[in-house]
Amino acid sequence: MSAVLELRNAGKTFTMHLQGGLRLPVVAGVDFSVEAGQCVVLAGPSGAGKSSILKMIFGNYRCDSGQILVRQHGTTTDVARAQPRQILGLRQTVMGYVSQFLRAVPRVAALDVVAEPLVAAPESRALARVQAAELLHRLAIPERLWQVPPVTFSGGEQQRVNIARGFLAERPLLLLDEPTASLDAANRSTVVELIADKKRRGAAIVAIVHDDEVRRAIADIVVDVTSFAPAA
Amino acid sequence: MTATPQERPLLAAQGLSKRYGRQLGCRDVSFELHAGEVLAIVGESGSGKTTLLQLLSCQLEPDAGRVCYCGRDGVMRDLAEVGEAQRRFLFRTDWGYVHQDPALGLRMSVSAGGNVGERLMAVGARHYGHIRRTAAEWLDRVEIDRARIDDAPRTYSGGMRQRLQIARNLVTQPRLIFMDEPTGGLDASVQARLLDLLRGLVCELGLAALIVTHDLAVARLLSHRIMVMKGGEVIEHGLTDQVLDDPREAYTQLLVSSILPA
Repeated sequence: MSAVLELRNAGKTFTMHLQGGLRLPVVAGVDFSVEAGQCVVLAGPSGAGKSSILKMIFGNYRCDSGQILVRQHGTTTDVARAQPRQILGLRQTVMGYVSQFLRAVPRVAALDVVAEPLVAAPESRALARVQAAELLHRLAIPERLWQVPPVTFSGGEQQRVNIARGFLAERPLLLLDEPTASLDAANRSTVVELIADKKRRGAAIVAIVHDDEVRRAIADIVVDVTSFAPAA
Repeated sequence: MTATPQERPLLAAQGLSKRYGRQLGCRDVSFELHAGEVLAIVGESGSGKTTLLQLLSCQLEPDAGRVCYCGRDGVMRDLAEVGEAQRRFLFRTDWGYVHQDPALGLRMSVSAGGNVGERLMAVGARHYGHIRRTAAEWLDRVEIDRARIDDAPRTYSGGMRQRLQIARNLVTQPRLIFMDEPTGGLDASVQARLLDLLRGLVCELGLAALIVTHDLAVARLLSHRIMVMKGGEVIEHGLTDQVLDDPREAYTQLLVSSILPA
């Protein structure tokens, strides 16, 4: 079967115009693919370009060369060349992304932050809230905080709200940037369970994790990002 | 927002240009806006943002280029050819225009209820009770106390006036709304409340919007796409988070790096 996600010779260079046009190559020749139900973990030291690769897949960073193919229902979209509308469409139905930090909006309650990806979909708001509540409960966010905007939450609480938000909708492709970085052992194992659930339901996952135990628990394939270091 | 690329856009601009004597307003601007899409037009003062908004909303005639709009009947028409009466009708029904200065978009000595009701009457509403009820509902939606329905907006605070202007525009359920610096001149907490309100309404009503702003945080919060203007030209155009997190042009990099951290 064909992979849900396939990167072919993808590369990225930043050009810093404010530093006299300094060119900073980030990655080159990125090649890997992810099948449904599979978890690929990107490994490598800080600064190797792991987060940049996730951002390129999500369309947050531009991809300068190569292809980033996302396949869904028999159609293939090359994120490297897609129109903004196509990328937004993929984000609404195909790709989910859990960033390292929650970008909290003032005045929006935690429950609604989590429910938002479903509210935008056809499902009803009430149902989205029920499912959001279940996930928040599972991630040990106390109920008294659900109606509070997460701006004031601790780092770990914000991260769990972010995880709940990213995991709520059923997306065939999930991108996780250090989802367990600031969590305690109990919450870490909850996230490992959530990831295992997603795999069983056929999601393709690309993750960055620094915790060896978590990596052993979720990874089917480990991709060494240092092999994509651009020639200097 | 739906994502079928083949569907027809709501609004299409082709090669729009405008000069004020020797002064360039904007040059050769082309883009498409689809139903439910929010496009932010950013750039510093004098970059041509407001000129472009006025061209798009037919308040200014272009020297070259055209604006086409897809009516509720599904027919795409060149707005220069539809005639003044039809353009006015569009403005009263299908479009909204939120000015930076609420005094330009409101009648300052008419009651709040009257300001909202007037737009409804322009599309044929005649039943007083119904008009008043709808106006009151809209005051709720924009978080203005119903008890203030008979007060004129000149007795309102700046933030309330701006929310009333939004209610007046949205009451006829337009499909496209133009906004010129909608949060300009408001203090930070009032601005946050207004942004939150706009974000909710745009999403809930599936509105398409063109927002002119010099505030990149406003653009990030509200828009799907960004157009960056400089010296009357569009220099960068793309997905909002992509343009802000991975700006390509020197000027966009300068804009993004000039944001003060909160």
